[in-house]
Amino acid sequence: MAVNKDNNGYTVIFAAVMVVVVGSILAYLASSLSDKIKENERFEKQQNILYAMGVNENSDSGSVDFIPANEVEGVFSEYITEQLVISGDQITQNDEAYLIDLKKQIAAIKKGETAELPVFIGEKEGKKYYILPMYGKGLWDAIWGFMALDDELTIQGVYFDHKGETPGLGANIKQRYFMDDFIGESVLSSDRIVGVSVAKGNNDPANKIKDDNEVDALAGATITGNGVSAMISESINLYRDYLESIRAK
Amino acid sequence: MALLTKKDTSLILDPLADNNPITIQVLGICSALAITAELKASVVMAISVLFVLGVGNVVISLMRNIIPSKIRIIVQLIVVATLVIIVDQVLKAFAYELSKTLSVFVGLIITNCIIMGRFEAFALGNGPWRSFLDGIGNALGYGVILIIVGFFRELFGSGTLFGYKVLGDPVTKTGLYATGYENNGFMIIPPAALIVVGIIIWVQRSKNKALIEEN
Repeated sequence: MAVNKDNNGYTVIFAAVMVVVVGSILAYLASSLSDKIKENERFEKQQNILYAMGVNENSDSGSVDFIPANEVEGVFSEYITEQLVISGDQITQNDEAYLIDLKKQIAAIKKGETAELPVFIGEKEGKKYYILPMYGKGLWDAIWGFMALDDELTIQGVYFDHKGETPGLGANIKQRYFMDDFIGESVLSSDRIVGVSVAKGNNDPANKIKDDNEVDALAGATITGNGVSAMISESINLYRDYLESIRAK
Repeated sequence: MALLTKKDTSLILDPLADNNPITIQVLGICSALAITAELKASVVMAISVLFVLGVGNVVISLMRNIIPSKIRIIVQLIVVATLVIIVDQVLKAFAYELSKTLSVFVGLIITNCIIMGRFEAFALGNGPWRSFLDGIGNALGYGVILIIVGFFRELFGSGTLFGYKVLGDPVTKTGLYATGYENNGFMIIPPAALIVVGIIIWVQRSKNKALIEEN
């Protein structure tokens, strides 16, 4: 039997069947894989936090190497001694603070509500690290990261990631040569908390000057670099009171 | 019967040179400009398109007799998008690291006009095996250009290949940089890709005069 493919009825039925078939395949796939994907995302967050405080498997090769995903849970509970949630003036302990989505908290602040801001306190070789999450905008989409500070508010390490920056340009914010430049920079400038900005033409490509609150920018990625600067200053601003209290100790 | 007849072989080999999707048909230029600042990104994109175009062409070819012609473009779009999402989800669950590298490319694959072009021009009128070969051939032709462009842009723009510093260190002035050589910042911005593609087109047409269109 020949079917008239130009018939409107056939077209509508075909479209409906196609939508149902494709929809059910994708829905089935998404629901059956969602547990596994959530677990991967949880491990990734732990890896990123540990990476920022210098607990990673970096070697001289210049690549970014995390603690392997199958060990990260143990290593995380070993190094991260406290997880705090700052909500207004109250600071509470919460062992699942790392699962808080900073994006939602920043949205809450914009609506005038009290946000729950997570801070992670890590300890490595007797030294204390204060790790703050960060969230901002790059050129195409979201960028985020973690920054580890010591009690003098000097950066001990950072980790950046992005959703859709241009490969080879803005996407290089997650390359080690860029992230390593932040180590040793202070977020203080003449005793005020200002953060660190990504600067073009600061005449310091090797990043030897550590007290200028600037790191060398990435060529061809001006907007992403500006996004990183803005993300750092905005995120640090959220934690201003807490950071002052660390310094006062 | 041989696995590949002469006609089949030309399906794979033609897009590599005299019927190249980028340099002759001028399709897929958008992604060729966007992601070729780095050789590694070019290779990842080439492999992704190889997979999506190969499988997508087969799926469309199998469905070619039942697709209503009025909505065929939408059907093609759904097939590509579904394939890409399936791959993305499976990778996220079982190869998380790899999926992070690829996430940026997902949108670029779906909107790649070579894919829609091959569905429309070939898979709708040919059987699955020939469509598969056509898909592989065109993806290879696309990939070759991407890799050539990525090679030159990364080499002259950043002085590296696959991230390795092949020309020395621009910061500490070693290797070629000691002689006063500098990286060309223009090479890493998208217009440079257009110029490199233009030079490839020029070289190709000066070698094979038959490709020059008469006006």
